Amino acid sequence: MRKTVRFFGSRWGIISAGLFVGIFAPLLQHWGNPKNMGICVACMERDIAGALGLHRAALVQYIRPEIIGFVLGALIAAALFKEFKPRGGSSPIIRFFLGFFAMIGALVFLGCPWRALLRLSGGDWNAIVGLAGLAFGIWIGILFLKSGYTLGRSTKASGFSGLVFPIVMVVLLLLLLFAPQFGRTPEGMPTGPVFFSQKGPGSQHAPLVVSLIIALCVGFLAQRTRLCTMGAIRDVILIRNTHLLSGILGIVIAAFIMNLILGQFKPGFSDQPIAHANHLWNFLGMVLSGLAFALAGGCPGRQLFLSGEGDGDAAIFATGMIVGAGFAHNFSMASSPAGPGAYGPASVIIGLIFCLAVGYTMKEKIA
Amino acid sequence: MSEKIDARGLSCPQPVIMTNKKMKEIGRGAFEVLVDTETAKENITRLAQQSGWQLDVNEESGNIRLVLKKA
Repeated sequence: MRKTVRFFGSRWGIISAGLFVGIFAPLLQHWGNPKNMGICVACMERDIAGALGLHRAALVQYIRPEIIGFVLGALIAAALFKEFKPRGGSSPIIRFFLGFFAMIGALVFLGCPWRALLRLSGGDWNAIVGLAGLAFGIWIGILFLKSGYTLGRSTKASGFSGLVFPIVMVVLLLLLLFAPQFGRTPEGMPTGPVFFSQKGPGSQHAPLVVSLIIALCVGFLAQRTRLCTMGAIRDVILIRNTHLLSGILGIVIAAFIMNLILGQFKPGFSDQPIAHANHLWNFLGMVLSGLAFALAGGCPGRQLFLSGEGDGDAAIFATGMIVGAGFAHNFSMASSPAGPGAYGPASVIIGLIFCLAVGYTMKEKIA
Repeated sequence: MSEKIDARGLSCPQPVIMTNKKMKEIGRGAFEVLVDTETAKENITRLAQQSGWQLDVNEESGNIRLVLKKA
């Protein structure tokens, strides 16, 4: 057991986790997931929001088993290695809205940090603009962290509170399997409360069992190795440490090779799948996300893995993301391949103002 | 032990920032950091290795006590 612990904590451990994601994300695309979206925490949570009727964008509604697997895989790893520690209480409402605005930023760019890496390795050069924005947002977050920013301490919580989010994932799995349709349209046709896209990205998915098993493995590996895109960039800037970065490089290199093998590599800026080429808002969308991730302490994937460990604060961030996705589509803030939504730019600016206010004001003495 | 940092309950990367700050402040000597997650322990271990500080780890009832020394 100790040897296993040491391996996962080593540089080869995190590289292995990165390689696993880099190999299987393009395969998930090959097996049915949308293009350059083998894995995307933001897009997949957005699809879940749609499937639950929190938004009615008909093209992006599906209960993605990948999200369920990430949380439950992390839960299994945490339980096995005695790291399941229910905790919470560190500025929950702030974390909720950091998640909310992180999602708005991600949906203006059209992807979470992982999808940015996958888009890059699929030849979508717009991802470079997004990743530059992500790094810039994280850099702003680091300035706040260095000047004493904190959301305060979390405290130990009861065992059940750590299980609430994983239980929600199990319920989502049941909804995915049974997809109840007890709603009725005015014409009397069955509809909802669970909605699955009939066409568009929401209708494209790898076989459920395949997605779930791969996601369970990713959740397990990522919990053990602490794989985190935001953390990778942050550690390089903050303490010149490249440990987490090696996992990220593993994702990009493996995904690039896999995309070449599978014929999924299409270099260029224009006509990229589920992407737009508005550089300004690709950049600023990811600045907002990067800043929100840095202020909350992890990228969306990492927040899911922490939720599986019993971290209630991370679960609230993830819930904020799902609710944010509902608003993003209902209020025309999310982008489409045609470009940013009507209120996308305004919402990014509001989100940035919120994050700056959080960064400037959340400073407390932690003696 | 002259100096103690209590980084329990703080989210990543605050324990590392506090430890790094203390390392730079005192330059050499010894201090103690108290954390409560494996992630914080691993991050501080990497920081110590990278900046040439010796590290002793003691785990007791859910808390992890890290003693950092530099001659």
